[in-house]
Amino acid sequence: MAGLSLLREFTDKPIKHNPVFVLALGLCPTLAVTTSLKNGVAMATAATAVLVCANLLISLIRRLIPNQIRIACFIVVIAGFVTMVEIAMKAIAPEAITKALGIFIPLIVVNCIILGRAEAFASKNGPVASLLDGMGIGVGFLLALVAISLVREVLGAGTLWGYRLTPVTVGTATVIPAYVPMTVLGMAPGAFIVIGLLFGLFHWIGNRRRETVRLAGVAAVPQVARDFPKPKKKPAAQKAESGDPASEPRPPSKPRPPSEPRPPSKPRPPSEPRP
Amino acid sequence: MEVGYVELAIGSILISNLVLAKFLGLCPFFGVSRRTRDAVGMGLAVIFVMSIASAATALVYRHLLLPTSPEHTNLLGVLGLPVPEGGYVLILKTISYILVIAVLVQFVEMVLKKAAPVLYRALGIYLPLITTNCAVMGIALLNTEAWRDPANGLPVHLAAFNGLCGGVGFLLAMLLMSGIRERLTESRVPKALQGLPIAFISAGLMALAFMGFTKLFGIAV
Repeated sequence: MAGLSLLREFTDKPIKHNPVFVLALGLCPTLAVTTSLKNGVAMATAATAVLVCANLLISLIRRLIPNQIRIACFIVVIAGFVTMVEIAMKAIAPEAITKALGIFIPLIVVNCIILGRAEAFASKNGPVASLLDGMGIGVGFLLALVAISLVREVLGAGTLWGYRLTPVTVGTATVIPAYVPMTVLGMAPGAFIVIGLLFGLFHWIGNRRRETVRLAGVAAVPQVARDFPKPKKKPAAQKAESGDPASEPRPPSKPRPPSEPRPPSKPRPPSEPRP
Repeated sequence: MEVGYVELAIGSILISNLVLAKFLGLCPFFGVSRRTRDAVGMGLAVIFVMSIASAATALVYRHLLLPTSPEHTNLLGVLGLPVPEGGYVLILKTISYILVIAVLVQFVEMVLKKAAPVLYRALGIYLPLITTNCAVMGIALLNTEAWRDPANGLPVHLAAFNGLCGGVGFLLAMLLMSGIRERLTESRVPKALQGLPIAFISAGLMALAFMGFTKLFGIAV
């Protein structure tokens, strides 16, 4: 039983507590290095290595650290591991990747995911749980970076893991013509827009889940109202327009403004921009 | 090669804006930009800390980390301590920078509390957040490794000025963003995009606008 609950420290983290899409932490490297899948994976691996090691060490020495200076101690531990990773990267990673990641490797020191886990988890839990927690969060970070860099590399450069995807030819016939990449996705604005849309997708899926749960009558979900506060003012015209179809079997005792929850079928999936 | 003040200012504020082109300091950029008041407070605190931190880290880099050369002396060497051939750059840079910044933020907080209570009341709550602001650490790293002269980094006075300009660029981005977000609370946004997603997309459009400054006056950064 104990083993099972320990394992949950790992399995809960990647999706439910995804560091990027749920907790909105560690945004700087997430946006900066995801121009290609290779860079994203390298960054996530480096950050995960630091996270796991720092979590483990901090939870081992957590009783020795005086409470008042704990943050400083965490930072020193993390900085030590970052330096090791930095030197290791210089030794084994290809030159191109080290160059692309640039200052974002030393900047792992100030990555709020790692300091956050040290403060919120490793300083209060045992070494095994902290190790699993670090791995879970690391996998979540990896998933987020892979998702973002996949979109940016495929649409922004027309390549995948460095390989050109189009044109596809069978014999001499061109099956799929050459794709003209949307270069902007590889640049700064594209990063913001892609992560914004993916964030929206994440919210949308989350909303639909909650909606389903509510329709099934399993649990009340006051969470929705809190997570997604409505705009303060609404145009008066909208009230008239939305008497909202009877798709919402809501108890009439809760008079909410009728326009708030849309029927689940309506919102268009905020899909990635198509070429 | 010596870099001029004007070139540095235009480069750091507009062309390669810390937030919108270099992706540094995004956590406060999205976390504190809901109200203009907070955004300005945070921006000013960052300007303040960033200029001092840039000067301090440049000093550390030149006089503690790099080996003695015609341009600068290593103080550890002067004291008779051993200095390896490449200096301590590889092993101690990250640690020493973060420690310098953390200590400095504490120190600034204490000094402000005693010497300028009014300023402290305005900026105080933002100061602790700045220790883990990657913009401060980022500009310190950029000053000493990526700017034109990777071996020596920017000289101390230019590093401090670059820190100041980076802070001004950050304040500019924060100010614009908070204006946009205050308007966003009044507008109808698709439910899934409410909150952070739409903020990201607006930031993307802002970054697109800032790309218009590329190669302004022929300055390449």
